[in-house]
Amino acid sequence: MDNAPQEDLELKALSQALHQLYDPVLDEPLPERLRARRQRWRAPAIAAGWVILGLCAGTIAGWQLHGSRPAIPAQAEVPGFVKRAAVAHATYSPEVRHPVEVGADQEQHLVAWLSKRLGATVRAPKLETMGYALVGGRLLPGDNGPVAHFMYQTAQGRRITLYVRTTAAENRETAFRFAAEGNVKVFYWIDRKLGYALSSADLRREDLLAVADAVYRQLNP
Amino acid sequence: MNDAESIVELIPRLRRYARALTGDHAAADDLVQDTLERAWAKLHLYRRGTDLRAWLFTVMHNVYVNQLRAARPVAQLDEDMPELSQPGRESDGLELRDLDLAIRRLPPDQREVLLLVVLEDMSYDEAAGTLGIPIGTVMSRLARAREKLRAMLSGLPPGGSQLKIVK
Repeated sequence: MDNAPQEDLELKALSQALHQLYDPVLDEPLPERLRARRQRWRAPAIAAGWVILGLCAGTIAGWQLHGSRPAIPAQAEVPGFVKRAAVAHATYSPEVRHPVEVGADQEQHLVAWLSKRLGATVRAPKLETMGYALVGGRLLPGDNGPVAHFMYQTAQGRRITLYVRTTAAENRETAFRFAAEGNVKVFYWIDRKLGYALSSADLRREDLLAVADAVYRQLNP
Repeated sequence: MNDAESIVELIPRLRRYARALTGDHAAADDLVQDTLERAWAKLHLYRRGTDLRAWLFTVMHNVYVNQLRAARPVAQLDEDMPELSQPGRESDGLELRDLDLAIRRLPPDQREVLLLVVLEDMSYDEAAGTLGIPIGTVMSRLARAREKLRAMLSGLPPGGSQLKIVK
């Protein structure tokens, strides 16, 4: 300790050198794998994690559909992709600084990019008439390859997200089905090659259904 | 800001530390990714109001130690290291590249302490908490790390030189 001043000086020099060496890492753009949270969606992790999602399969009730799709009695089992969609909604919709990877100002690029990654033509429906403007989208890991995730919001900042995934060799259509995961409500359906899940935390079920119907009509004119 | 957002904010800091710790771009991001996955899964164990950064660094430390255990012995890594440039040949002081190599030649436990205290600016107390070791151990590891760096970078006997920085 008798040479404390020299030690201080030396530590300072070392600190400067370390910052010179490693601070550039702070400004490097984050690779996708570090931005996409919960890349391996383990069931226990989800149960214990910060998004507490009570699985509420029991809340699925027989739903009389008034929209353009036939009503099918709700199934007891919520598909995995719907749970993922709900978690993705809970994860990204509160995000203030980085709600999306690619913003609506680059919509063409966004749609082309997501279509390429999914290997299927993906479109971002226009929902302005429902009061929702496209915020943008991101690519997420899914159980069947990459997933497209679009976010929309109202002028008041209320957000809904549309989760689009490719289905494994399915070529069928289903009715709208409803599920609630925690406080996230989801309408989901399968339309040939693609599965859709539309999520909201604050819309009433019938209002969310109206948006789901608008999405479906746009994608199937 | 909620915990999840705070974690996202801290990712660049985790990356910087991981890069310094591993000395390798891909290995560092692997370490960060494993750390984040574990952190998301264990977030319920984090006590709000305590230092989230220290908690994340603790998670990373545990992941790192597990990775070291699973990997081949560290001594073998040293043999693969390129030689440091000749010390003393140029009188204008420390080359940053040499410092990078020298840091990677430190034993992992000393390297962690050095980086937490000098790069991450943690107090001895915080570093001790993060690594789960006594403060005295932090101080002795730091002293040993600095001594070794001095020796490697100066070619002089430990304690005999002073780092100079090339701007």
